Amino acid sequence: MSDAIFTPTQPTFMQRALRKPGFVAGLLIIGFSIMLAVFPGVFAPYDPNAIDYLALRQPPSWAHPFGTDLLGRDSLSRVIWAYQVNMQMAVFGTVFALVTGVIIGALVGYYRGIADLIFGRIVDAVITFPFLVLVIAVVAVLGPGLVNMYIAISVVYWVYYARLMRGEVIAQMGNDYAAAGIVMGYSDRRIIFRHLLPNAITPVIVYWMTDMALVILLGSSLGYLGLGAQPPQSEWGVLIAEGRNFISTAWWLSLMPGIAIVVTGLGFSLLGDGLADLLRPRG
Amino acid sequence: MCTTFHRTGQALPALRDVSFSVSQGEVLGLVGESGSGKSVTLRSIIGLARRYGNVTGQVRWQGRDLVGMPDRALRQIQGREIAMIFQEPMTSLNPLLTVGLQLEETLHAHTDLSKVARRDRAIEMLNLVGIPSAKQRLKDYPHQFSGGMRQRVMIAIALAATPKLLLADEPTTALDVTIQAQILDLILQLAQDMDMGVVLVTHDLGVVAQTCDNVAVMYAGRIVEQGPVRGVLKHPRHPYTVGLMRSVPENLPPRTSLYSVPGVPPSLDALPRGCAFAPRCAACVASCEQDRPPLSLITEGRQVACFNPVTNEQGNAA
Repeated sequence: MSDAIFTPTQPTFMQRALRKPGFVAGLLIIGFSIMLAVFPGVFAPYDPNAIDYLALRQPPSWAHPFGTDLLGRDSLSRVIWAYQVNMQMAVFGTVFALVTGVIIGALVGYYRGIADLIFGRIVDAVITFPFLVLVIAVVAVLGPGLVNMYIAISVVYWVYYARLMRGEVIAQMGNDYAAAGIVMGYSDRRIIFRHLLPNAITPVIVYWMTDMALVILLGSSLGYLGLGAQPPQSEWGVLIAEGRNFISTAWWLSLMPGIAIVVTGLGFSLLGDGLADLLRPRG
Repeated sequence: MCTTFHRTGQALPALRDVSFSVSQGEVLGLVGESGSGKSVTLRSIIGLARRYGNVTGQVRWQGRDLVGMPDRALRQIQGREIAMIFQEPMTSLNPLLTVGLQLEETLHAHTDLSKVARRDRAIEMLNLVGIPSAKQRLKDYPHQFSGGMRQRVMIAIALAATPKLLLADEPTTALDVTIQAQILDLILQLAQDMDMGVVLVTHDLGVVAQTCDNVAVMYAGRIVEQGPVRGVLKHPRHPYTVGLMRSVPENLPPRTSLYSVPGVPPSLDALPRGCAFAPRCAACVASCEQDRPPLSLITEGRQVACFNPVTNEQGNAA
């Protein structure tokens, strides 16, 4: 038999990705956001904390594209430095919830039984509670600050990931390959982590992208309320709060960080949408 | 062996008093309509059914009882001594792993082979099941294989640890007719070479006639007739077996309407008190609706569960 086997050539993942303008736009926004977060000093024209009493509350100009604040600090530089905090939020605010949620969801979905019943009650308890109130309550107990905020978010948020993962694992269990793994005597650990988890994780990854946008929004809200990042740290919520009293006279103080939130959120959403398309199983 | 599933507090007896045996090198056919309990029987044997339902009774395997066996011990038997292949080759392979890795998975679970040895064995298995250029194809994903090839891969995975018993759950139903024969031949050939017992679930009596040594006919979760293939198919004694035989179109002139057993099988939550087949049975007598006929030996090796079995002459006529 010759080796002439017909294997249809399919476009690679990258080729398909580049054909989706939304995904590409999301990728560019988030890529640039990461650059800003990692190297804020390179992009920021001024020291974000340099006070200039000769340029208080200047409207946007060529010298200060985003204007200056009450102490004459450059708003653009402060918004750029805030990327460091807000992108960090997107990661640390979600990653612990993601990992624990995926593991617990996979285990509960695989074993079901009593653990699943308990899990169901936890889900009920968490989703019936307004999320923001719950997080504020946890932060209030632990005290304000970024680390406590991450703890507060993770404590609540793993439930959402776990719920999604559990459902997917149960759906995958309906496929014969899961049953085949069991009857071939593979260990539970191998079935769960090598066979079920990779097949079940796609919606979770997509959800994760959207979730990062939500966490940035939540983190900014907490910052705005004084429960998240603390001044003088640059953080979008904190910056918006600083401009709050001057919204009619110095509108740029609150608007510019607001735009940063919107653009970053949009980036994550586009990325998530694009991934959902790209990762969807085909024929 | 009995298997009962529970649904919202209601017991659904999917299998009742199913009993048969398979010896080394023997091919047993398990036939019956959809829902008669064929697949559940296999799943009960190998310990899949007990994850969802209640399996009672005994599954004797080389002197050990699999029903009460703890999971850990059972895992040593699953795949190593008893293996199973499934009906749907589209979903029975993990779409995200290459077939090579999936083959090695069985070897990883049941042998001490090194990575290189596992790979060699995987190539050997693919060759054995007739997949050309096995070495290259190890790196391919299941979607790059056709249905028949995928079923061959499945067989290779199932047989990689040289089990002694193969449970085949309608392995050819999802394949087209020309491939069916090839796959069946392959299973039989390998069973013979490896001196392996096979339980073949099918609803195709033609397949049974060609491949099996013995056959058990199931109806509503019970075996209604069993015995050597030749005897059962030539001289069916249970009216249901006769009906099944008559539903196989054979040597019919064109445009004859096809025969089907009248009525539908009873629902598991509303099984009649007497014989489950009585409402559909032409040879039904008074006692059929009162009592359930036990599966009893009528001649050497033949068991039938019927109060009014079909006689040889009638069987021939049908």
